[in-house]
Amino acid sequence: MTKPILEINNLSVSFFTRHGKIPAVMDFSMTVHAGEAMGLVGESGCGKSTVALAVMRYLGDNGKITSGSIRFKGRDVTSMSETELRELRGSQVSMIYQEPMASLNPAMRVGQQLMEVPLSHEIISNDEAQQRSLEMLESVRLPDPERIFRSYPHQISGGQQQRIVIAMALLSKPALLLLDEPTTALDVTVEAGIVALVRELGQQFGTSMLFVSHNLGLILETCDRITVMYSGEAVESGPIREVFRKMRHPYTQGLLRSIPLPGTDKTARPLIPIPGQLPLPHERPQGCNFGPRCASFQGGICDKQEIMMSSVSASGHFSRCSRVAEIDWDAVPESSSSVEKMAVGDTILAVRNLSKRYDVAANSLFGGKNTGSVKANEQLNFNAKKGEIVAIVGESGCGKSTLAKILLGLEEASEGSAYFAETSGAEGVNLAHSPVESRNIKTVGHLQIVFQNPFDTLNPSHTIGNQIVRALEKFGIGKTPQERREQMLELLDLVKLPREFERRIPRQLSGGQKQRVGIARAFAGKPSLVVADEPVSALDVSVQAAVTELLTDIQRKDRTTLLFISHDLSMVRYLADRVIVMYLGRIVEQGTADEVYSPPYHPYTEALLSAVPVADPNIVKEHIILVGDIPSALNPPSGCAFHTRCHRKIEGVCDSELPPKKDFSTDHHVHCHLSVETLLTMNSVFRIENNENNNNKEVVSPVQ
Amino acid sequence: MEFLNVWELWGGVILRFWPVWAAILLTYFLMRKYRQRLGIFGNLLDSAVGLSGLMIVLFWLFTALFADVVATFEPLEQFYRYRRKPPGVVELESMVPMFFGSDNLGRDLFSRMVHGSRFVLLIAPSATLVAFIVGIMLGLPAGYKGGRTDSILSFVANMILSFPVIVLFYLLVTPGIRETALPNVMAGVFFMFPIIFALTVLRSRFSERPELLIPWSVAVLILGGWLYSGIVFNADPLGWISMDPNELNIFAAVVFASSPGVFRIVRGLTMDIKTRDYVAAAQTRGETYWYIMLWEILPNSRGPLIVDACLRIGYTTILLGTLGFFGLGLAPESPDWGSMINQTRGFIRLIPTIVLPQTIALASFVLGLNLLADGLREESLKD
Amino acid sequence: MLRFVLKRLFVMLLTMLSLSLILFSLVNLEPNLRKLALEQNNNRMGQEAVNSWLEKNGFRRPFFVRYGEWVAGAITGDLGYSSRFRKPVNEVLPKRLGYTGILAFWVLLTMVPSALLIGILSGMREGSALDRNLSIFSITTTATPEYVSGILFTVIFASWLGWLKGVSSVKDITFENFTLPVMTMSFYGMGYIARMTRASMSEVMTSQYIRTAHLKGLSFRTVVFKHALRNALIAPFTVILLQFPWLLTGVVIVEKIFNYKGFGWTLVEAAENNDINLLLACSLVSVVVVIGTQLISDVGYAYLNPRIRMES
Repeated sequence: MTKPILEINNLSVSFFTRHGKIPAVMDFSMTVHAGEAMGLVGESGCGKSTVALAVMRYLGDNGKITSGSIRFKGRDVTSMSETELRELRGSQVSMIYQEPMASLNPAMRVGQQLMEVPLSHEIISNDEAQQRSLEMLESVRLPDPERIFRSYPHQISGGQQQRIVIAMALLSKPALLLLDEPTTALDVTVEAGIVALVRELGQQFGTSMLFVSHNLGLILETCDRITVMYSGEAVESGPIREVFRKMRHPYTQGLLRSIPLPGTDKTARPLIPIPGQLPLPHERPQGCNFGPRCASFQGGICDKQEIMMSSVSASGHFSRCSRVAEIDWDAVPESSSSVEKMAVGDTILAVRNLSKRYDVAANSLFGGKNTGSVKANEQLNFNAKKGEIVAIVGESGCGKSTLAKILLGLEEASEGSAYFAETSGAEGVNLAHSPVESRNIKTVGHLQIVFQNPFDTLNPSHTIGNQIVRALEKFGIGKTPQERREQMLELLDLVKLPREFERRIPRQLSGGQKQRVGIARAFAGKPSLVVADEPVSALDVSVQAAVTELLTDIQRKDRTTLLFISHDLSMVRYLADRVIVMYLGRIVEQGTADEVYSPPYHPYTEALLSAVPVADPNIVKEHIILVGDIPSALNPPSGCAFHTRCHRKIEGVCDSELPPKKDFSTDHHVHCHLSVETLLTMNSVFRIENNENNNNKEVVSPVQ
Repeated sequence: MEFLNVWELWGGVILRFWPVWAAILLTYFLMRKYRQRLGIFGNLLDSAVGLSGLMIVLFWLFTALFADVVATFEPLEQFYRYRRKPPGVVELESMVPMFFGSDNLGRDLFSRMVHGSRFVLLIAPSATLVAFIVGIMLGLPAGYKGGRTDSILSFVANMILSFPVIVLFYLLVTPGIRETALPNVMAGVFFMFPIIFALTVLRSRFSERPELLIPWSVAVLILGGWLYSGIVFNADPLGWISMDPNELNIFAAVVFASSPGVFRIVRGLTMDIKTRDYVAAAQTRGETYWYIMLWEILPNSRGPLIVDACLRIGYTTILLGTLGFFGLGLAPESPDWGSMINQTRGFIRLIPTIVLPQTIALASFVLGLNLLADGLREESLKD
Repeated sequence: MLRFVLKRLFVMLLTMLSLSLILFSLVNLEPNLRKLALEQNNNRMGQEAVNSWLEKNGFRRPFFVRYGEWVAGAITGDLGYSSRFRKPVNEVLPKRLGYTGILAFWVLLTMVPSALLIGILSGMREGSALDRNLSIFSITTTATPEYVSGILFTVIFASWLGWLKGVSSVKDITFENFTLPVMTMSFYGMGYIARMTRASMSEVMTSQYIRTAHLKGLSFRTVVFKHALRNALIAPFTVILLQFPWLLTGVVIVEKIFNYKGFGWTLVEAAENNDINLLLACSLVSVVVVIGTQLISDVGYAYLNPRIRMES
């Protein structure tokens, strides 16, 4: 083996705040070799970003490395002087950040920011620096590098900004590249492009990579080895495939079991949530940090002393579990809920030709003349039946949130109708043109929403109890304050929160608990239709499963119709009965989950599915990478809106005419110019491969 | 003439303030005991800057409260033989020292300074409170609904704000104005706001529960009507509440000048908070505009509003001082700090210490408020 | 961009017109008119005589006719006759404005750079000892209005130390008699600008692009000068310009304390002597200055901030 580029030994990092010393990383060891990609995976607050920043020794004023060493090419970073550190940063080690927009200086042109890197590390002329920057912009495949070179960061799209950050990081040909959630802020089809680029450039320049992410699938697709972190410690590390196939730590196993895979649904492979939540840094338990949440926990062994990393195989696979030899790792987990497909009822929501356009002045401050209209929703048609979970899938700007707002009465539609029958058989009300103030209280109570962001969904000033009671009061449930309080306590039981939470304020709750309160509040009026707007996407992976399970349990019990808005295709496949795929305000495909997830596909659905990172080494997927970013909804492309990025575009047709609807069953419709025969001969994006020695993990199909 | 030495002088001053020290100590211990329940004010105990600000503010608050006990002479009492005397001179008839000396008319500066705190602490916080209610009642709808309401209100607010304050006061606080009905009309309008505010708060919250709404509203109307008749029309049937015409004039002018600033802040905060999901959640429950504005948005803008209130009370204090300094609207013998500065500043060449008590009093009170605001801001950012 | 400026100009004109209407009606309230009549003639004249004097001098014509006349006069540059100075307003005001201009120039010249320096130094490393000391200093200055600091400075520098003079003169500006007014005004304004600069600077210093700059391997100096300053100075720029309404009040106080006979002193004279035309003219000038700086601040902000500029 080659000499390691990065060697971290027993690293501990603490932050010193007014609450005292908070250990963020403890006893962390890791080695990255030349040309190798190491994945560092874990949930928020586990210390993975701190490790990355510690490598650069950039921990802010109150962060300190309290023990251990970080050797970069044999030199200890922890004892370097400021000057030595400056020579290291940006030249030997460089970093790619989570939010490209925030990482670029808004008041400096892109070119200037790029040229700074070679200019500050090498003796080089301005012209040469400019030449190199332009070349690098070309290498990261930005169209028209000259123009981008002269632009300000806010003038270009998010995907392009991230390419600039990558170019900036690679300009001085670093030996080690740190990537801190580089694609989390991007749409999934844009993410796929960035990931492919990073991997390719890494190989081209022979750069080692430390890839920090919470997304197991992404790590599996990009890295050679993996380190899993939990609550400040590394709990498992080893070669990527071995860890995914033979995980030897209960946390890694729990994590993998709590995320859905795009090939399975809730009846075939129910998710198993990890109980409990991450301990706060100053409330970590004695012994194994994961102990309180672990199914294999055994008192006396797991909670006695510090547990060390120990080798579990000759190939460099380590685990921090004291019962590694005793646990039966291949036992099939007990499923907590046996789920049967539920029979669906009558149609309760019928959306017909629904359109929403916003008139916008192109530039409100300077009052430009050219006003345009954003087509947020165009000609939407779909039904939702009682007790059904209908998923609406699409990337940013596809109009899924606008649709939710229209249904909830926060916006009015421009055209079309959306008839909603609160209880089956009753006369429906048209939601399309009735703002929420004009609806009667029964309709309002029957149509509720669960929001995406747990930190925003509850009013920080009121107690949990009062917020639920207010909803009950508003929906006219319970006659006296005592009755309503009783109802509220029952709702807390329903979402599995302790009754003491009545008096808590939202600041005292974790993200998952807040989301549970949000669910309780939405279900307070016994609604018949609930819109769930990305209800778990802001939560940690291990909490997502539990909240999803809760949501569907209540939904099933009350036979509520759920309109599940999401960009997470794996979660949608797992949950939904029917799926609607949207792109730039239009529905491009809809059908039952099985129909949408298998061919024939709309080319956009196909690309979307292929872009989803899959955390299962046995699944092989078609590799389709779309060109460019999602166009602005203000100025959508003519003809089929997807034609600018489509890998199956028919010249002269797709860019001028609206695509026709093609029916493949009573439910399954695809809006595409491709012939029915072409659509029918498409391959499935996913294939299950059981060959353990298969190293060729992807079938790459050349695109364009 | 007899003079106290330095030790007797300062020892005496510190002793005179004994009720103030006692009250500050008591407050401090109560704060320690109940710090959990005090929210952000409890966190102040951790911040040196904020705590010292709070202590200074409390010092003047209790001084105003106990002014009769602390002061050694009547503020208007003149001793002809003791004009323009340096600090520590002893008035021989009563054998009571004039700690900080006396002014041009032989009045005790210490007692005048102590009594001067009353004027400031009566007008500045209450005018700020009314200005806040006016600013909130207009800023919430402007920020929440936007559109035409916002354009008109913002135009008016900006217009008032582009009036140089001093010009405004030269026009609004004059004896001539007091002959017209203008101050009463302005006060009449401004004092309507607290009553409407209280009623709206109740109505938006308890519209589903008439058993609470009606008694509370009646209570607000009776109490509000009583205060209103006393303050605005000087016609309190019980004769307890009244306000001096020139104080009412100043009050109305101060509210007029500072509510546009509050309006702007509230409007900005509202525009920020209205995009939160919990506001959308309230909308999807079918809550009324005023419920959302008063119960969902307003409580969450309290942090910046409290900080702004502290700064604004300080600013109003400076403004009141300016009025006194120009002799606008106040009785010539009034012991407020601004007038005192104006009356004594001509004699600094004869006896420089003559201006110190009132200038330092005013500056320290404003400093206390600014430190308190800074501490509150720092603490609210930490969470 | 032009459209934006035109729109702002329109709003500005509308504001001016509304303000002038309010001013005109406040100044022409009955008690003020009566006082004017008494002052211009004989203090003991009766109600009858007052009325007939007002009638004779055209004060009894309909309000809007008189307002229209005044506006027409103001547009053509005729601001009427000053009763206090016994000559046309046009001969009084420009000279006084010039004196105040000199004062304001020196105030801005000393105040702005020192305030920015204090703000940048304390915002650069938030929470450091330097930051804490400078913050306390700037809070103290904002708590000390001109009529306090002006008098305290006079006591210290004129009465005790005898270095400077406590009385100023527009005819003969010297270091000794001009330092105290300038110092007093810059002292009060400095703290506010410094606080705003500090807030803006410390916000910029915690932003992610500053982290990017550090992790590019740039030195702290380069990070501060090349990356932080430009972004951090956008906010204080507007703050400085929006300080003008305050600056006017300060001018009035300082000119009164130090008997510097500029614009502020004229305003006080006009108000105290019930000089209607002069007071109106002074108020109008103040409003033009305030609204004019607002316009400059809006346009300048748009120019400084590429995020807004480029949208056009």
